[in-house]
Amino acid sequence: MLGIEVRERPSILKDRKKKYFRKNKGNYAWAYFMIAPTLIGLFILNIWPIIQTIYLSFCSSGDFGKFIWMGGGNYVKILTDRTFWQATVNTFLFVLLSVPGAICLSLLTAGLLNSKIKGKALYRTIYFLPVVAAPAAIAMVWRWLYNKEYGLINHMLLFFGIQGPGWNTDPGIALASIAIVAIWSSVGYNMIILLAGLQNIPKSYYEAADIDGANPFRKYFSITLPLLSPTLFFVIVLSVMRALKQFDLVYMITGIQNPAIRQTRTLVYYFFERGFEMDDKAYASVIIVFLFLIIMLVTWFQFIIQKKWVYYN
Amino acid sequence: MKQKLILFLVLAIALNTMAFAGGQKEAKSTVKGTMAISYAIWDRNQAPGMQAIIERFEELNPDIKVSLEVSTWSDYWTRLEAAATGGAMPDVFWMHANHIRKYAENNMLLPIGVRVKADPDLDYSNYPVGVTKVYEIGGVNYAIPKDFDTIGLCYNKRMFEAAGISYPDSSWDWNKLLDVAKQLTNESKGIYGFAAKASNQSGYYNIIYEFGGYVLNEDKTKSGFDQPETIEAIQFWHDLIHKHHVSPTIEQMADTKARNIFSSKKLAMYTMGSWRVTGLANNEVTKEVADIAVLPKMRTRASIYNGLGNSIAASTKHPEEAWRFVKFLGTKEANIIQAESGAAIPAFKGTQEPWFNFRPNFNLKAFVEMLDYGVPYPTSKTGPKWVKFESEMMLQILSGKVGVEEGCRQIAAETNKWLATEK
Repeated sequence: MLGIEVRERPSILKDRKKKYFRKNKGNYAWAYFMIAPTLIGLFILNIWPIIQTIYLSFCSSGDFGKFIWMGGGNYVKILTDRTFWQATVNTFLFVLLSVPGAICLSLLTAGLLNSKIKGKALYRTIYFLPVVAAPAAIAMVWRWLYNKEYGLINHMLLFFGIQGPGWNTDPGIALASIAIVAIWSSVGYNMIILLAGLQNIPKSYYEAADIDGANPFRKYFSITLPLLSPTLFFVIVLSVMRALKQFDLVYMITGIQNPAIRQTRTLVYYFFERGFEMDDKAYASVIIVFLFLIIMLVTWFQFIIQKKWVYYN
Repeated sequence: MKQKLILFLVLAIALNTMAFAGGQKEAKSTVKGTMAISYAIWDRNQAPGMQAIIERFEELNPDIKVSLEVSTWSDYWTRLEAAATGGAMPDVFWMHANHIRKYAENNMLLPIGVRVKADPDLDYSNYPVGVTKVYEIGGVNYAIPKDFDTIGLCYNKRMFEAAGISYPDSSWDWNKLLDVAKQLTNESKGIYGFAAKASNQSGYYNIIYEFGGYVLNEDKTKSGFDQPETIEAIQFWHDLIHKHHVSPTIEQMADTKARNIFSSKKLAMYTMGSWRVTGLANNEVTKEVADIAVLPKMRTRASIYNGLGNSIAASTKHPEEAWRFVKFLGTKEANIIQAESGAAIPAFKGTQEPWFNFRPNFNLKAFVEMLDYGVPYPTSKTGPKWVKFESEMMLQILSGKVGVEEGCRQIAAETNKWLATEK
């Protein structure tokens, strides 16, 4: 990358490293001291709770933080828990419904906003607004839009003579409705990251392609996409994780007393119900440990696949 | 010159506030032996009433200061549980039927029933017996009743007048309600006679008991959902939606709550908890058109009632002061102050008059009348666990996805499974 490559024999390199370390012992200490606040925070707020959760998943819940070790009983129980499996299916369905759409739309908007058009800053702001808006407020507004009788969407459909469905209450489409909100609210965020990626592509490649007489499609698929792929990969990994952890939209949009909950209940929502509504923190921990494993597997799989399509030049 | 003046003013104000703050501090420390206790509640609507009681109490007991801690219902229980686990509970706090067993059985509460019985000024017979019973675990009482709530029939006066039908009264039964609901329903205009809500306490629990069924048996060992009367009641509730079409569907009510359909004048009647009166009175529409009647009867009369209690933490550092406060909360005087604030029906017998007068345009007497035949809100130690399954299955039944009988039997089976773990 730097243009100049220093080639040295490894043994010399090791020697130098040692020397450097000895010389700069003080510096290392300082560095550790500087990152200590973050490191301690990370351990107390993230890593220790993860260990605790895994421990809890092997216990049975008592009242007021009394947990009794019971081994793998909860894991056996969850295998026959139909609600759990339904929630797992729902969660994966939600990923499939929301992530590809969100990625395609973010790619499209990022591409458009990277071109030479007037009022770029304004458009960028508009597309980014949903990211800034409070999720609870977003959910409430969409809930109104989705109302079968009084909602704006069905009113507009009626204008064209179409009787709209119960967006939020029809079990067949309730999950898709939530996915639409998820797409709408994540496009802005993905777009900003992709836009940064697009702006890192050197103009000279396009100039060279122009001289060779390449058409816009050819340029997009042979230059833009490959050079954007590291950024795109990052966005996809994050989006999938976020979708797997979906909770707030289900909580806010489906809400209670809605028969469609069976089709929209995600794993984290089920975790919330078990842990906080039914007050069984141990069983809830099992659900979340499963989700943790699922996310690890899916991400690991993505890292294997990426070797086939991501170009790090 | 101007700048100097401003600077001087700012300094003066700053010094002044410092002096003021110092003075206050001094004043506090000069009253010797003042004890501070905390009082935690979850209802913002009731905060002014509780504050008024505290002020009166502090007037009578200058050596005790009470600080009020208000949170929301769900936050309240998360925080209280965390505080109980960490041993830092508020001294005095509200207790609820859903949670009392857990707290009492883990010795988190002071057994104040013993003190009540020994105190000549207090007598449990002054409060609704069902509310007192809720907080009695293993023969020991852990709270003094604070208030109670019942379920009534809320209706739109204007819709009855327009159709020339007389208002609901105590002679009504559910068949009469169905007849009237049919007359008031106009499906093409989206107007419904009644709302068969998917709520338990303010909905189908009432009709279950009125049809002669039950949710839990006396000693809370068996579910009553597989009883023929219970199934009949649920069938009736279901038919209001699917057979007679006098009620909005469950899906419609998931989009727009029954009380919002009511306030947009598209609903003639629905069952409503007394805790919603404040909301009813604050709404521009409903304060004009709404009124309250007792629930229609069937084989018997019933109305689900529940009540809060005031409890003391077992871990409190000031048990005597906390007790004096809770004792005051249980007196007639405190109940009258509470009634005047209008938020909840006071538990002390005969102090409900100011509560009626608070909203004279509604027939609030109906809520108190029903106490005579009220049924305590059915719950047990594992209540939060089985009620989750029950509520979800009821949604499936009422939306027509699961048969009434099949669904009720599943609810009974699941509830029985949880109840069996309680012993």
